[in-house]
Amino acid sequence: MKYQGGNNIAIDADHGRFRVARRAFTSDEILQAERAEIFDKCWIYLGHESEVVVPGAFVSRSVAGRDLIFNRDAKGVVHAFLDACPHRGAKLCQERQGVAKNFQCIYHGWVFSADGKFRRQPHHDAYPQDFEAGCAVDLVPVPRLESYRGLWFVCFDENAPSLEDYLAGARAYIDCMADQSDEMEIISGSQEYTIRANWKLLCENSFDGYHADNLHATYFDFVRNVMPPNVAKSGPPPKLEGVGRDLGNGHAVVEYSAPWGRPAGKWSPAWGEQVRPEMDSIYARLQARLGEQRARRVSQLNRNLVIFPNLVIIDAAGLVLRTMYPEQPGRMQVSSWAVAPKGESGWLRKIRLRNFLEFLGPGGLATPDDIEALERCQQGYRNLREAPWSDISKGKIGSPELPMEDEGQIRAFWMQWGACIDRYPHPPEPPPAAAKR
Amino acid sequence: MTIDATHREVEDFLFMEAELLDAWQLEDWFALFTPDGRYLVPAGDLPQDSSPETNLFYIADDAVLLHERVKRLYKRNAHAEWPHSRTRHFVSNVRIAPAAVEGEIDVRCAFMTHRHRAGVNDTFVGSARYRLVRDQGGLRIREKRCTLDYDNLYEQGRISILL
Repeated sequence: MKYQGGNNIAIDADHGRFRVARRAFTSDEILQAERAEIFDKCWIYLGHESEVVVPGAFVSRSVAGRDLIFNRDAKGVVHAFLDACPHRGAKLCQERQGVAKNFQCIYHGWVFSADGKFRRQPHHDAYPQDFEAGCAVDLVPVPRLESYRGLWFVCFDENAPSLEDYLAGARAYIDCMADQSDEMEIISGSQEYTIRANWKLLCENSFDGYHADNLHATYFDFVRNVMPPNVAKSGPPPKLEGVGRDLGNGHAVVEYSAPWGRPAGKWSPAWGEQVRPEMDSIYARLQARLGEQRARRVSQLNRNLVIFPNLVIIDAAGLVLRTMYPEQPGRMQVSSWAVAPKGESGWLRKIRLRNFLEFLGPGGLATPDDIEALERCQQGYRNLREAPWSDISKGKIGSPELPMEDEGQIRAFWMQWGACIDRYPHPPEPPPAAAKR
Repeated sequence: MTIDATHREVEDFLFMEAELLDAWQLEDWFALFTPDGRYLVPAGDLPQDSSPETNLFYIADDAVLLHERVKRLYKRNAHAEWPHSRTRHFVSNVRIAPAAVEGEIDVRCAFMTHRHRAGVNDTFVGSARYRLVRDQGGLRIREKRCTLDYDNLYEQGRISILL
């Protein structure tokens, strides 16, 4: 038996057991350790390049417990600043997004240009002459800001490896999203909601290939119902088939085939024959650009990717970016955005959004049941004194690739989580002794 | 343009709709919609009158999807709503506006929907816009758009009931 993550992960590979202490979902101490060792040290998703296209474009966004300004300056350089006036700390941005040449603090009127440089304030004469020369009066940038294929990430640890190294094997799966078109964009409208459950439960759930048949049976009923009758009767029963892969550094993915259509280039009978020619031409364009094998993979297969710790890319019925942050041990905040090729046709955009909403989001036909399941888990943890362990043993422990309905990809997340928590200088109290049963 | 419905008739129709929802008579509620009916709940950060065809909503059902939503909500394995929530739909500030489309009745109102389930209380406050039409003497819903008065769903978490 090997313990990891401050004794919160118990691995007994000889007997095929991998367990996580339920206190990892309920403890304030562990949340503190996560903030210090995970959210303050890992690369964290900030936003998509399409959100800050024109000079001056800005987005105000909470990231890893900070309020950040994500923007593009007059020269076209992308920045991320801590949203606090260098003078007294007031938050500068109250609008969610917009275009601004300058940011002015409402309190004493200090003004900063979009590159973060201090510009002016009303009582210049009362300060020493060189007061404004140093960068102490400029907006504070995040320690690290890098991008990969249009996705911008921040890191609050100066000494972190480069983003590309950090992403490791996940890069190839980000490529599968980015390669769907020459240019991708975020569709306007964000789904922001709360789940009354620990944030890690949604990481697990986002690529849990084991639960769909059971939890989402009503969604698959719906898929059958909207298919033309001949397809619904003669076609294979709607289900998911594929593999789960450990991609290094805690990132992992499930890649699979599914009964739904994909606006990336997989037509669905549910969309009707009239849209088939354009779907075929989308596929042909992909094929010309990427070659047959890669075009097939990009367009036909679905991928649920979790980039450790909290970026989910769901490249399935919809193409979704999703983040989740702990608010309390038993409560998380989720944000989701729809991603699409820039300039796609009106009807395809419509189908894409419909595809997204049928399954996903706080009003979808499937996500609310996921939310219910995660909240039930959190409720179950009230019993953790006598029932302290969760089981994540499905599939051979240690295999880098397994059928998607196994739990290898979820263990990959937990192994990295454990390695991070083990670095925490004040190890949390160990959980109750692992019961033999 | 003359308005083809009295205030009293419209209000009574909306109260009846609320009653059907609170009684979970969802098939009867669905029958209030026209065959081209839509039920829309825009995301919290979208401008007024955004189109569901170019923007991400929380919910953007055509009649087919809405019927699937209703059928699902009757199932025991629609876990988010089994057991069913208790709901109370309040409708007020009802105004009939000149219709933008010939033959329609444009109704605006405020709504508040309270949901109780498993010890949790959620409140959904917003404005609703109905595009009603007259069909066989009665009123039918061509579009119901519920715009919530929240930037996000951090309070409520999900919209698993019908607003």
